[in-house]
Amino acid sequence: MSPDSPPPRAPFTKRHLLQIGDLNRLEALELIERAEVFLPFTQAREKKLSTLKGRTLVNLFFENSTRTQASFELAGKRMSADTVNMAVKSSSVSKGETLLDTAATLNAMGPDILVLRHAASGAAQLLARKVSCSVINAGDGTHEHPTQALLDALTLKRSFGHIEGLVVAICGDVLHSRVARSNVILLSMLGARVRLIAPPTLMPADVDRWGCEIYHNMLEGLQGVDVVMMLRLQLERMDGAYVPSAREYFRFYGLDARKLAVAAPHVKVMHPGPMNRGVEIDSDIADDPRVSLIVDQVESGVAVRMAVLEALASHGANEEADDV
Amino acid sequence: MSEPLYHFINARLVDPATQFDGPGEVLIQGEVILASGPQVASSSEAIIINCDGHALMPGLIDLHVSTGEPGEEQRESLSTAGKAAVAGGVTTMVLQPDTQTVIDDAALVDFITRRGRDRSLARVLAAGALTVGLKGERIAELGLMADAGAVLFTNSDRPIVSTRIMQRCMSYASAFDALVASRPQDAFLSEGGMMNMGELASRLGLAGISSAAETIAANRDIQLAELTGAKLLLDMISSEATLPRIAAAKAQGLDVTASVSVHHLTLNENDLGDYRTFAKLSPPLRSEQDRLALIEGVKSGILDVIVSGHDPRPAEEKRLPFDEAAFGASALETLLPAALILYHEGLIELLDLVRAMTLAPAQILGLPQGRIAAGAPADLILVDLGFPIRFDASRMISKSRNSPYDGRTLQGKVLTTWVGGKKVFSALD
Repeated sequence: MSPDSPPPRAPFTKRHLLQIGDLNRLEALELIERAEVFLPFTQAREKKLSTLKGRTLVNLFFENSTRTQASFELAGKRMSADTVNMAVKSSSVSKGETLLDTAATLNAMGPDILVLRHAASGAAQLLARKVSCSVINAGDGTHEHPTQALLDALTLKRSFGHIEGLVVAICGDVLHSRVARSNVILLSMLGARVRLIAPPTLMPADVDRWGCEIYHNMLEGLQGVDVVMMLRLQLERMDGAYVPSAREYFRFYGLDARKLAVAAPHVKVMHPGPMNRGVEIDSDIADDPRVSLIVDQVESGVAVRMAVLEALASHGANEEADDV
Repeated sequence: MSEPLYHFINARLVDPATQFDGPGEVLIQGEVILASGPQVASSSEAIIINCDGHALMPGLIDLHVSTGEPGEEQRESLSTAGKAAVAGGVTTMVLQPDTQTVIDDAALVDFITRRGRDRSLARVLAAGALTVGLKGERIAELGLMADAGAVLFTNSDRPIVSTRIMQRCMSYASAFDALVASRPQDAFLSEGGMMNMGELASRLGLAGISSAAETIAANRDIQLAELTGAKLLLDMISSEATLPRIAAAKAQGLDVTASVSVHHLTLNENDLGDYRTFAKLSPPLRSEQDRLALIEGVKSGILDVIVSGHDPRPAEEKRLPFDEAAFGASALETLLPAALILYHEGLIELLDLVRAMTLAPAQILGLPQGRIAAGAPADLILVDLGFPIRFDASRMISKSRNSPYDGRTLQGKVLTTWVGGKKVFSALD
């Protein structure tokens, strides 16, 4: 099967990719399998496909994110979409232009796919109700980051050959992490066992109802795990508001060789980036190619986004919005 | 020439003051009720109003209403609020002081009261600010405002952070036997919160407001009521956990009463669904378990009053990402039909439900209305209790149409509304 041949099974029926919770297991697996097809292609010399020829992809980023934006841009370009980046500076937001004003303006330009990154949870849902094109959530507040979870799943599949049965520990600021939310839902759906490790101040309320195992002690939580997924902790949350200090955080919740030693011998380490080296993860681990999948994650990112773009492109463009 | 007599016949009288719910008649003249009962003697000059068996009850008294006047009339003016009120069966509304110009002195209380009389079809009573500018720092001129007609004092939805200031406000208010209303919510614990804390908020990635924020603050204010002897109304209770504290205060003989908004009796956090900002309320909608406990609270009398919590917000304040959208719902028009859900579902007796919106608030404020009795103001509503409504927010009378009930089926329709013996609303017009 080549990247240029159509996807194997039933067409993707969703118009948007807003949250992992909207996907069923089969849809998620198909996206991951399709991304796998694109993977060798991203390493080929000639990297252009014609799938999205004539389509317009707009990256609408209300928050800075170099790597996610670049990943979507590359994915779009490799599929021949016309790709436009709109970094909405916080200044135009403070001038009173709202998300929906921006959306209405963009909508009038007739894009086919909008990729949105926004600081407010639910922003992608709001946008999707107001525009007549497909919307991809590239991270909304502390809600979800669905393509990150898909690329993490692809990375695991590449490394282990399967996801079912893996024991995955997600460690760090679960409370504020959209990556954690998307991953908990997706990995659980795909049959992995998810553990969450964080101090109680960085755990969401009623997290015990997410179907994960909850640990506040990292050494206990890492016992025998196949995968350690570290989360970024914003520096401003380490000044005593959630945890007392960066050095105390690293002592108890940072990933170092001592803690990693209790995991399974074949353990792999992931991080959605950007990393705070020495705060949540020791550089030696992050840079160790025998352990770290961090570079693979970036590579998987472009392939997964190509698969998502292809899936949404199979859907008719510029249909009526639900509620304009 | 004497004023005309109106003789309401063929009504189902619903009067919580006499615990009467049955066939009856009412005779009014001028601004007051002359007589009521199974049959009342009338004269041949009386104008007969045939109620066709529909429910005739006291006009509703809504203890918690915000408008935008003065300052933000695009949200709601006294005139539009009055029209919305009488269409919803509300004949007396107590206005919160949290307008752009805070109602924190006697001249402003006087302004609201007079303006209400001139512009609003429903009676308007003013609540005064408990502290100057609602800043929670200095006691406002409670005595002068009371003289000007303020019926209660509140800091609206801005909690008084300093326990000492709250204690002084309550202590001072007790000298005037003034009612202090508190919207209990611990300012620090609830800071930045967007919805009920819990599994749903965690999943949606929205910051939560725990029930404890309410219970802690209610506890504090109950203790201060005990300390100062002030009359306390705990306004818009949302959590099951707060109810035993209120019950204990009442059992202890403290002058503590409590209200609940109709939203918290009929909706829960799941109504936020996919980030529906129209259901973003303060206090937040809570769990189904809380909702059912609040209904029990009304039945048992722990919660005395049902309010609308009317908070008109134009679409541009609501059609935003959830974090940025305003709290509040436009609710004067839905208070009664939403509350009647509880009656139709057999959860609360009609008399108990009506009492919480008529007699109970009247007694708390010492008002003569809220009952069908000789000499009481002729504030009456005629209601088709069973009338099914597919609620369409785009047809609301209020200037702001931010209703969480949009598209829902409600039951019960106000047919006519009388304020002070004058017909101010008719659904037939």
